[in-house]
Amino acid sequence: MEFGPHLLLATLEGAVGAAVLALTALGLSLVFGVMRVVNVAHGEFYMLGAVVAWFVASAMSAHPAFGFMAAVLIAPAMAGLVAILADRLVLKRLHYDPEATIVATIGILYIMQQTALMTFGPEARPVAPPFNTRIPLPWLEYGENGFNLFYPWGLSTTSYKLFVIAAAAVILVSFALFLSRSRFGLIMRATQLDRETALTFGIPVERVYSLVFGLGAALAAFAAVLIVPIQQAHYLMGADPLLLSFIVVIIGGLGSLRGTVVAALLIGMSDGIISVFFSPTLAKILATLLVALVLVFRPQGLYGKKRA
Amino acid sequence: MSPSARSFLLHLGVIAGLFVLCFTLSDYHQGNLARIMVLATYAIGYNVLFGYTGLLSLGHAMFFAAGMYGLGLAMQYGGMSPVPAFAVGILTAAVLSVVVGVLALRTIGVAFMIVTLMFAQSVFLIILYFGTWTRGDEGFVIPQAARQVLGMDLTDPLIRYLAALLLFSSALLITARMMQVRFGRVLIAVRENEERTQMLGYDVFRHKFLAVLISGSISGAAGAAYGLLFGYVGATFASVQYSIFPLLWVLLGGAGTTIGPLVGAVFMFYLIDYSSGFTNAYMLIAGLALVLLVLFARAGIMGEVRRRWAPWLP
Repeated sequence: MEFGPHLLLATLEGAVGAAVLALTALGLSLVFGVMRVVNVAHGEFYMLGAVVAWFVASAMSAHPAFGFMAAVLIAPAMAGLVAILADRLVLKRLHYDPEATIVATIGILYIMQQTALMTFGPEARPVAPPFNTRIPLPWLEYGENGFNLFYPWGLSTTSYKLFVIAAAAVILVSFALFLSRSRFGLIMRATQLDRETALTFGIPVERVYSLVFGLGAALAAFAAVLIVPIQQAHYLMGADPLLLSFIVVIIGGLGSLRGTVVAALLIGMSDGIISVFFSPTLAKILATLLVALVLVFRPQGLYGKKRA
Repeated sequence: MSPSARSFLLHLGVIAGLFVLCFTLSDYHQGNLARIMVLATYAIGYNVLFGYTGLLSLGHAMFFAAGMYGLGLAMQYGGMSPVPAFAVGILTAAVLSVVVGVLALRTIGVAFMIVTLMFAQSVFLIILYFGTWTRGDEGFVIPQAARQVLGMDLTDPLIRYLAALLLFSSALLITARMMQVRFGRVLIAVRENEERTQMLGYDVFRHKFLAVLISGSISGAAGAAYGLLFGYVGATFASVQYSIFPLLWVLLGGAGTTIGPLVGAVFMFYLIDYSSGFTNAYMLIAGLALVLLVLFARAGIMGEVRRRWAPWLP
């Protein structure tokens, strides 16, 4: 394949990655923004989403679309409940002390990962996509008789991949509306701005924290359900999304949701493109070094405000 | 008895006890204890930064791995003998700590934790990227023929045990002494109240920087010794898990106590060793331990001992 079609393909693959990453990172960013908690176990909620999706899909014997639909509903709800439980049992008792919660969420990470190993097993298991038609993509080339359209060999995508991008976009937009228009969105923003004042206005801050933690986990789980027909479910699959989400949240600016989404697109796309043309490891090395240096020299990130 | 005399006796007692144990333990436990002493040295290095200076690093595996690969690569490709290779290992870790210290210490709190995590992750990925030499996840073996020092065979269990004990006691005595002199006192002051220490005229950055350097170098020495004594060098030792382990050992044994790292490493090692007998999900134990410790026993074992019975405990 020529460079042009190859780049288009890499961009499409990157866009799928970016879409899923945006959802996952949004969950992490939400939790950090509102609760000031760095949730190291975030990747495991992603893994939980994928594993639950596999259990649900394999329990349903009908057409894969039904299993997938059921997984879309059940997996995020499960992850949300587990997260709320973790918040009530552990984080609340630590009074959301930043350093203690990091250590505790590392513990939760291992507990969830190893529980998945004991129940789900060490194999990687696929979930059938609800639909999966191959769509060849056209490419323009300037030839003897001007531009002509043709379909290069190997340049194609699937309807499911396009669906992933669309679904992620829908969720992102509705989440933005939910945050800016709904009453609970207002309460969340109030809690994020000033916890004490929110408390004096009668906002049940602790309940808001629980729900936000659950919501963050549900977003990660939803992202995993979307990706699991493309990548397989595995008990160690949480590490990469966690790392990438960290990178995205930090580069976008800690606590800035808009920055998170912009950075997710940036990092997701460039990760996809660098991985195709160079090596995935090199892409990750560059991204992790970049994030460390951003934190050191520009802690507010791209969109964040200077810390008060 | 003065506190410093008591702590001197305590450390001497611990070292003497470990020395006697090597003649009484079974081969299996002797091998385990040699490994634990090297890992406890790693934890001692971690404790300098976390326990005494109050800086929580999530990336110490990079120093451990730097020491290990510094030694391993020098022996494998540089054809060096163990002693200079060991020095190369420590030097590699020290250089890395200087770089990390200069950059990461510009941040505080959570940002410091994440920056160290990210640096460690880059080191891990770099090791994988240069898989041609580092052999990546698979790792490489340092042959028995190369592991000879002054005519002594480091693969012999007894000699290996004594070498591990030598490493551990040096690290223990150095840090114990460090905490008695002015430098160590200032580190504790930084942990307790950074602003006040600054106001009293101490150069906080310089002290934190030296703490990173000392902590990283001790961790690197432990990594180099691990590679030399057990003959294996691999990327696993640079993974996040190996950054979490010293945190776990130090939290369990008691952060900011000199023998806490050893106590924590012994407990955790045998807990995991015991549980891996009936499950392959042994990290579950580590996860549970972390959550329970941070919820109910932040001071750790030796921290509790100090609080209840022995306020003089160093």
